[in-house]
Amino acid sequence: MRNYLIGAGLAVLVAGMANTAIAQSEIKIGEINSYSLLPAFTEPYRKGWQLAVEEINASGGINGKKLVVISKDDNGKPADAQTAANELVSSENVAMLAGTFLSNIGLAVSDFANQKKVFFLAAEPLTDAITWSKGNRYTFRLRPSNYMQAAMLVEAAAKLPAKRWATIAPNYEYGQSAVAVFKKLMSEKRPDIVWVDEQWPPQGKIDAGPVVQAVAAANPEAILNVTFGADLVKLVREGNTRGLFKDRAVVSFLTGEPEYLDPLKDETPEGWIVTGYPWYDIKTPEHEAFLKAYQAKFKDYPRLGSIVGYQTIKAAAAILTKANSTDPEKLIAATEGLSVPSPFGEITFRKIDHQSTLGAYVGKTALKDGKGVMVESSYKKGSDYLPADAEIEKLRPKD
Amino acid sequence: MAFYVVQFLTGLASAASLFLVASGLSIIFGVTRIVNFAHGAFYMLGAYIAFTLTERLEGALGFWGGIVAAALVVAVVGVLVEMMLLRRIYHSPELFQLLATFGLTLMVQDIVVLIWGPSDLVGRRAPGFKGAVDFFGQNIPSYDLFLIVLGPVVLGILWLLFQRTRWGVLVRAATQDRDMVAALGVNQKWLFTSVFAVGVFLAALGGALQIPRDAVHHAMDLRIIVDVFVVVVIGGLGSITGAFVAAVLVSELNAFGILIFPKISIILVFLVMAVVLIVRPWGLFGKPEAPARRTPGLTVNPWRPWTSNERLAAIAALIVAAALPLFGGNYALTVGSEIAIFVIFAVSLHFLMSVGGLASFGHAAYFGLGAYGVAFLAKLAGLPMIVCLALGPLLGLVGAAVFGFFAVQLSGVYFAMLTLAFAQIVWSIAFQWVAVTGGDNGILGVWPEKWAASPSHFYWLSLGIAALAVLILRIIVFSPFGFALRATRDSPLRSEAVGINGKRIQWTAFVIAGTVAGLAGALFAYLKGSVFPDNMGISLSVDALVMVLLGGVETVSGAVVGAIVYKALNIWLVSQTDWSKLVLGAFIVLIVVAFPKGIVGTLQSILSRRRKSSSSNSSLLTSRIETAE
Repeated sequence: MRNYLIGAGLAVLVAGMANTAIAQSEIKIGEINSYSLLPAFTEPYRKGWQLAVEEINASGGINGKKLVVISKDDNGKPADAQTAANELVSSENVAMLAGTFLSNIGLAVSDFANQKKVFFLAAEPLTDAITWSKGNRYTFRLRPSNYMQAAMLVEAAAKLPAKRWATIAPNYEYGQSAVAVFKKLMSEKRPDIVWVDEQWPPQGKIDAGPVVQAVAAANPEAILNVTFGADLVKLVREGNTRGLFKDRAVVSFLTGEPEYLDPLKDETPEGWIVTGYPWYDIKTPEHEAFLKAYQAKFKDYPRLGSIVGYQTIKAAAAILTKANSTDPEKLIAATEGLSVPSPFGEITFRKIDHQSTLGAYVGKTALKDGKGVMVESSYKKGSDYLPADAEIEKLRPKD
Repeated sequence: MAFYVVQFLTGLASAASLFLVASGLSIIFGVTRIVNFAHGAFYMLGAYIAFTLTERLEGALGFWGGIVAAALVVAVVGVLVEMMLLRRIYHSPELFQLLATFGLTLMVQDIVVLIWGPSDLVGRRAPGFKGAVDFFGQNIPSYDLFLIVLGPVVLGILWLLFQRTRWGVLVRAATQDRDMVAALGVNQKWLFTSVFAVGVFLAALGGALQIPRDAVHHAMDLRIIVDVFVVVVIGGLGSITGAFVAAVLVSELNAFGILIFPKISIILVFLVMAVVLIVRPWGLFGKPEAPARRTPGLTVNPWRPWTSNERLAAIAALIVAAALPLFGGNYALTVGSEIAIFVIFAVSLHFLMSVGGLASFGHAAYFGLGAYGVAFLAKLAGLPMIVCLALGPLLGLVGAAVFGFFAVQLSGVYFAMLTLAFAQIVWSIAFQWVAVTGGDNGILGVWPEKWAASPSHFYWLSLGIAALAVLILRIIVFSPFGFALRATRDSPLRSEAVGINGKRIQWTAFVIAGTVAGLAGALFAYLKGSVFPDNMGISLSVDALVMVLLGGVETVSGAVVGAIVYKALNIWLVSQTDWSKLVLGAFIVLIVVAFPKGIVGTLQSILSRRRKSSSSNSSLLTSRIETAE
C-alpha cells in the first residue's frame, strides 16, 4: 500500500513538473463573454478571436511562446462574470483578462481587475463609465464608446434640416446614456432643436405598436433610435406598417452592424443614418486580408463581433509581446500609447483614459436584392470624436 | 381623437396576443395546479417551428397551415412531456412540478440555439394582412385588427368548450374539486393530459402568431412567461374571462401610460398586480379557495430535532467543510464562500416555504436589499465592514416587514405572486434610480477589509455565518413559535380556534426569512465587491426556489443540500461547457424523476421505510414512538 502511495505521489510530482514545463512555453489569456445569453453577437466574436489565435501562433506566438485563450461564459450576470474571472486568475494563472459585452459586466470585471491588480482589456462594453467616471489603471477598452459613436452620428445628424426630434431607446444604462450624450452634443451644435417626445421601452420587451403610435402623435421631423436586436425588428415592422418612418429622418445606433441589420431582410428601412460594419464595402488591404482569412476558415461572412473578437486578441498579443512579461504593471506601461494594426487601420491605446482609437463606419441603410445593406459609408477614426484632454481629466478619477 | 381610438385598438391587439398565451396557462393551472414555468418555452417552440414551416410552405395556405401545424406539433410535445415527466410527480409536494418545468425551460433555451442557430429570425408577414388600414389619417396594421378579432373568438370557443361539452364539465369540476372528480370515477390521468395539451396548443399558437410582427429568438420565453403569469393572477386563477379582462387592462394601461410616463412599461404589470391583489386577494374574477383538505403527508413523519448521532454528524460535516483551506486553492475557496452564502439564502426561503407554508416567488428582493444596504453603508457612509454586515441586512428586514404585512394577507399562489410583484417593484427602483443606486451599472468597490480579504478568511466567515443561520432557524422551528407557525400552515382554522394569531405569526416568519436573506445578500456584496439590480432579479428568486425544491420542501434543512448541489453544479457547468443550460436542465429533470420529494426528502423517506421494516420484527409500538419523537 505504501509503495502505491509513493508511486502515486511521484506520478503527481512528475505530472506537475510536466505541467510547469508546458506552462513556461505558453502564455494564457482569460476571456469572458455572454456566450449563452447573446449568441447572435458572441458566436461571430468567438470565431474572430479563434482566427486571431491561429494567426498569432502560426507566426511564432508571443516571443516564441504559444498563445492560449481560455474562454468562459458569464451567463449574462455580473456576479457570474466575477466567478469566471476569479477562476481564470486563481486557477488558470492567466496573464490578463479580456472580453465582456454588457456594460454592467464590463464594469464588474474592471472593478475586479482593479481590486486584484490584474490587467483587463474590455472588448465590447460601450458605457463611458468604464474609461471615464469609473475608470481604473488596470482596465483598457477596445470598442468605440457610447460617446464616440454618438459624436459620429451627431456630425451627420446636425446637417439635417429637422428641428423637432423624438427619441426611442431601451430603458437601461446604455440607452439612457446614448440619448443623453446625443442630446447634449446635438443641442450644442444646433441650439434651434426641440425634443418633442421620448419613449423608453424595457430592453427586450418593447410593445412596439403603442410606442410607434405615441412617437407619431408627437409629430417629430426626425427620430433617434437606440433599440437593437429583437426590439429593433419589432419597432421597424410596426413603424413600416404604420408609416412612422415615411418622410422622417432616422438616426440609429448600431443598426448598420450585420448582427442587427441582416435579420431585417426586405423590411430594412431605407435612408437611416447608422453606425455599423459594411464588410462588403471596405476595400483597404488590412480589411481584405482579414476578410479573406475569415471566410476561408469559417465559410461565413464576418459580423462586427468578429472584428471585435479578432482585434481584442490581436491587441492583447501585441501588448504581451511588447511587455515581454506578464507583470500587470509592465503590461500597463506597454499598452499606454501602444499602436497596433487592425482591419480598420492602425489604432492606439490612449494613455490618458485607456480608450483605443478604433473607430466605426457611419453610413445609410439601403435595400439591395431584398437585403439590408449600408451605403455611402465612411470610416470615422475614434481619435477624432473624443473630448478634449482637459475634459477627460475632470471625468476620470486619479489613479 | 382618432389618435386615442387607434391607440386603444393597438392596446387591444397587444392584449389579444397576451391573452392567447395566458388562457393556456390559466387552463393548465386551474385544473392540474401545475405552475407551468415551461409555458414560455412552448410559446417559443411554437414560434420557431412556425417560422420553419412558413418559410418552407408556399402561399397563404402554407402560412396559415404552417401556423396551426406548428401549434399542433408543440401540443404533441406537450402531451409527451405530461405523460413522461409530469405524471410521475403529481403526488410530489406542492410546487415540485415547477422544478420539472424549470428544467425543461433551461433545456429548450439551448436546444433552439442548437437547432436554429444564434441569430434573430424574422418570418414573413401574414398573407392578406400585410398593410395598414387608414383611420382618419392614422394607420392601423390590418394584422392588429385580425388579432383584435381573434382574441374574443378564442375566448368564445373556449367558453363553448367549457360550458357546452362533457369534457368541459369535467374540467370545471376538476378545477373546483379534483379529489371529488376522481372519487366519482373520472379518469384523471387523461383529463390532465388533454387539458395540458389544450393549454400548450394555445401557448404555441400565441407564439406562432407573433411571427409577422416579432423576431424569433432564444430569449422569447423569458420575455413573456412572467407577464403571462401576472395576467392570469390578476384575472383570477382558472378564470379565462378574467385572463381576458386582465390582458386588456394591462395592455391598455401600458398603451396610454407611456404617453404620460414613457418609462412606466418596465414595472406597470407588477404595479397593477400589486394593487389588484391588495384590493381583491383572489384576482378580479377569482373565487376564494375553499380551506384546503390537506393530505396528511406531513403528519405521518413528524419533524424531530437532531438525535445526538445526527448532531455529531452535522458537526463532523462542518469540520470537514472548515478544513477546505488546507487543500483548496483560492478559486475553490471563493466558490466555497459563494455556496455558503447561497446556503444561507436558500435556508431562509426554505424556512418560509416549508415551515411557514408560504412559497415566495420574490425572495431575492430581501437578498438584494441586504446587498444594497451594505453598499450604501460602506460607500456612502464609509462604515467599517463589521458594522455594515450587522446593519446592512436591516434593509432586508424593513423591506420584509413592509411587504410581508400585505403579502401574508393572501395565501397560495396569490401570496407567491404578490411577493413577486413587490420584488419587481424593488428591483425597478434599484434599476431606475440611477442617482442613488447607479442603475444597472450598480455600485462598485464594496470590497472586504484586510482581516477578511484573504479567500480563506472570507470562506470561514461565510461558512460560520451559514452554520449559525442554519442552527438558529432550526432552533426556531422547534421553538413554541415554530410549532405555532406549523399549526397555522397545517390547519389555519384549527390553529385560529386555539387562539393562534396566524397572520401575525406568518408576518414574523416573513420578517425572519427576509432578514436572513438580507444577511446572505450582505455577504454576497462583499464577496463580489459590487452590487447590481441583478441581485434582486427574478432569476435569483427562481434559483432560490429551485434550491429549496431540489433539497426537499418537506424536510427541516433540505435546502442546505439543495443549495450546495445546485450552486456547485451551476458554477462547474458554466465553467466547463457552452451548453450549461441544456445539461443543467436535463440534470434537474433527472433529479425530479429520481427524487420525487427532493434529494433529502426522498432519502429520508427511504431511510425511514428501512428503519420501519427492520424494527417491525420487534414491535410496532416502539417504531411509532421513534418516528413521533
